[in-house]
Amino acid sequence: MMSQTHQLSACPGCEEPLESGDSFCEVCGYDLTAVPQPPPDRPTVAVGTFPPAGQPAAPPLNGHSPDGPPSPSHDPSQGRSSHDGSHGGSSDPSGDGPAPDVSAPGFGADGDHRARRDGGDDGGEDTADMPIVRRPAADDYPLAAPGAPAAAPAPAAEAVAPKVCVACRAGRIDTDGYCENCGHAQPRERDHQESELATVAAVSDRGLRHHRNEDSFAISEARLPDGTTATIAVVCDGVSSATRPDEASAAAASVADSLLRESLPRGTHPQQALHEAILAAAEAVNALAADETAQAMEHDPHRHQNAPACTLVSSIVAGGLLVVGWIGDSRVYWVPDDRSAPPARLTEDDSWAAQMVAAGLMGEAEAYADDRAHAITGWLGADAYEIDPHTASFKPDRPGVVVVCTDGLWNYAEAAQEMAHVIPPDAAQRPLHSAQVLVGHALDGGGHDNVTVAVLPFPVLPQGAGSA
Amino acid sequence: MANFSKSNVPQFSVDVYQNEFLPEGGREVNAIVTVTSTGGGTTGGIPLAGVSASPSYIPGAAPEVPTAAVVIMVDCSGSMDYPPTKMRGAREATAAAIDALRDGVAFAVVAGTHLAKEVYPGQGRLATADDGTRAQARNALRALTAGGGTAIGTWLKLADRLLAGSEAPIRHGILLTDGRNEHESPQDLAAALEACAGRFTCDARGVGTDWEVKEVTGIASALLGTADIVADPASLAADFTRMMENAMGKEVADVNLRLWTPVGVEIKFVKQVAPTVEELTSRRTGAGPRAGDYPTGSWGDESRDYHVCVTVPEAGVGQEMLAARVSLILPDTAGGTPQTLSQGLVRAVWTDDMAASTSINPQVAHYTGQAELAQAIQQGLDARKSGDFDGATSKLGRAVQLAAASGNADTAKLLAKVVDVVDEATGTVRLKAKVAEADEMTLETRSTKTVRVKK
Repeated sequence: MMSQTHQLSACPGCEEPLESGDSFCEVCGYDLTAVPQPPPDRPTVAVGTFPPAGQPAAPPLNGHSPDGPPSPSHDPSQGRSSHDGSHGGSSDPSGDGPAPDVSAPGFGADGDHRARRDGGDDGGEDTADMPIVRRPAADDYPLAAPGAPAAAPAPAAEAVAPKVCVACRAGRIDTDGYCENCGHAQPRERDHQESELATVAAVSDRGLRHHRNEDSFAISEARLPDGTTATIAVVCDGVSSATRPDEASAAAASVADSLLRESLPRGTHPQQALHEAILAAAEAVNALAADETAQAMEHDPHRHQNAPACTLVSSIVAGGLLVVGWIGDSRVYWVPDDRSAPPARLTEDDSWAAQMVAAGLMGEAEAYADDRAHAITGWLGADAYEIDPHTASFKPDRPGVVVVCTDGLWNYAEAAQEMAHVIPPDAAQRPLHSAQVLVGHALDGGGHDNVTVAVLPFPVLPQGAGSA
Repeated sequence: MANFSKSNVPQFSVDVYQNEFLPEGGREVNAIVTVTSTGGGTTGGIPLAGVSASPSYIPGAAPEVPTAAVVIMVDCSGSMDYPPTKMRGAREATAAAIDALRDGVAFAVVAGTHLAKEVYPGQGRLATADDGTRAQARNALRALTAGGGTAIGTWLKLADRLLAGSEAPIRHGILLTDGRNEHESPQDLAAALEACAGRFTCDARGVGTDWEVKEVTGIASALLGTADIVADPASLAADFTRMMENAMGKEVADVNLRLWTPVGVEIKFVKQVAPTVEELTSRRTGAGPRAGDYPTGSWGDESRDYHVCVTVPEAGVGQEMLAARVSLILPDTAGGTPQTLSQGLVRAVWTDDMAASTSINPQVAHYTGQAELAQAIQQGLDARKSGDFDGATSKLGRAVQLAAASGNADTAKLLAKVVDVVDEATGTVRLKAKVAEADEMTLETRSTKTVRVKK
């Protein structure tokens, strides 16, 4: 649904000021469309990056550009006010749960740290990576100005710009999706996707180094026999060294999701349901190998031995239970709402690094620094040795959020503590926003892989499933 | 005008084989474009059994408009009588070709010396093939006698004038010569070829061993036909029949390969690489913004491969662009919008996955080798002629190696008649002390013949 253009005020490559709506830097040619933006009001990670100070809304950025200075939003007062604004309710997805104070009490070191990073807004540092405003689809994520929570239509209006190439802005787009002038591929639907339900949200992004998004996700809610709601999130990561990884991940996520939506209302135990769903997803990916054609093999000669393959990780929140299941190296993290409580990783990778650590042959740091760290030892696909879905059930005794993600995210927040650190404190109230922040964190870190994350708030009371 | 969009126009398909992945900073994009037309009339080289079922008239068109017009040009220079079997062979071959003419096809026979003379039907006309005209034409061949010089340009110009009088969309020539083009300057021949290019296609054959390989291959190349040697005049008839059947199988003429490239993309080369190597880069004619057409002549049921190489502007890892769009274009002779028969895309995708960016597409690798093979043979034979035996040994050795590695058995056989192969894997060869002239000329004429990728 949402291939969007981005608004930057300066080129991330050479700092040349840009016109609003520029898609390629006129000086260095930097592809601005490949630089998705962390959510505007939540600066993400520290390293030399400059978060956008939570522009009260996208339009102000446009306003800045004509004036030309490369650091248009560095005016401390502006930064401050927009920062405040961001907490005031700029991007609350549903509009019913502004949590302006959520960051205030009880955060200790964590809160301080975040505040410090937010302070970066005012620090006027280098704009290199900065003012990218990702414009989400209006219906998902109204990007309201402070005090103007209903301002969603503004970005929507921009979205209907005529179909001009995002790269050269001169050519029209031909039926193949390439520019008639400069030949550049246009953003595709899967390059960036967001989705949100009452009890779960997910964001997927192509990242900065890959030419397509091979991750996929599905989120849904199912009504259990007792009338309560079960929340489902499935995240899959296509194996790049295999053929058509994007199709593999899409098939696996959608098949697992639809199977769960069908079996949970029948009263199947979530863990059992998830086990079956993973097997069904595996079947779906296997089936892709069957229609592998000779032609596709010739087109992709260096990968022709590999059947389509992907990882799968899923989490179900149902009736006070938290069920996880996975194959591969996509993960689930548990982050209690009370950030002083210890967070945890709930999955064990099927990966070379994890096996080395588990076997005691290497320390974690050493193993994950190795080139082979990400070689996975379990996957869905016709050439998988044996599908052995891992599933586990948890009964958390306190509220928290469940983070379901691909390695495109956890590479930049590997330890559970890091993940807890990066995710906004109000994640339980604003899951979509949190997912955006997490994706932004990965992009700020370099975005070397596709990034996909689903965030599921876990309420203490079973009835509180809709508490977001 | 004939309506070509209907049923008897072959279906064209375009398949692109490439490794689209480039490393960071990578700029060169190579692709093999396979064009296949099906539904036309030829049999793909297999001799036709009996009369072709394909209609000779365009359905719905006026019956006097034939699908094809063919002019046969027979060398009648004095040398054709030495030995006399040559003239006899040429007469028989022409008769065989006439027999292979389909009913309704317009045709004429021209006798070529230092000037060109109409043998049949005469008076600047073309005859329409039927049993009567075929018999008359065969009779007229008796009048063919040897005497005079050789000026091929004049033959081609006469053929052009005759064919211009026909409305047939497929216009083809068949040219037979036995000697060098001695009675006009090379410039005259070049000018004639330039004047005729795009107006009709022409197959050229050299009979005996006294002709110049580069002249004959040059004619075929310029006029988008085939070239070959017929060392033994007795084989001429079979060869002429095959050529004529091939010509009769053509269903669409004047097809262009159109290459569109985005701003900033440079074309390094465009060549046909199968069934023969044919350089097309310099034969581009503009076709609108950033597009150019390369002539491919007429098509029956057949498949040809083209190697396209372009240089794209650098782009960052993760970027993707269209490097070229390849399409098959059929111009509308009435001046209307050209028809796009089929198209394929050549892409560029920058990646930091070394395994992806460093692999070479097998088709590209294969045809790069086949083009080098043709070049090595030509350079090797040139070196041999000029007395550079070391150079010849090295080039022909490389050719032996390439032919063996790519499975080009026909070329390997021809090479083995010119060199003694010590080790084909390393390309170690010795020049033969004595080489039959026919063998050397056969190798040179057929040096551009390629084989397709082994599956």
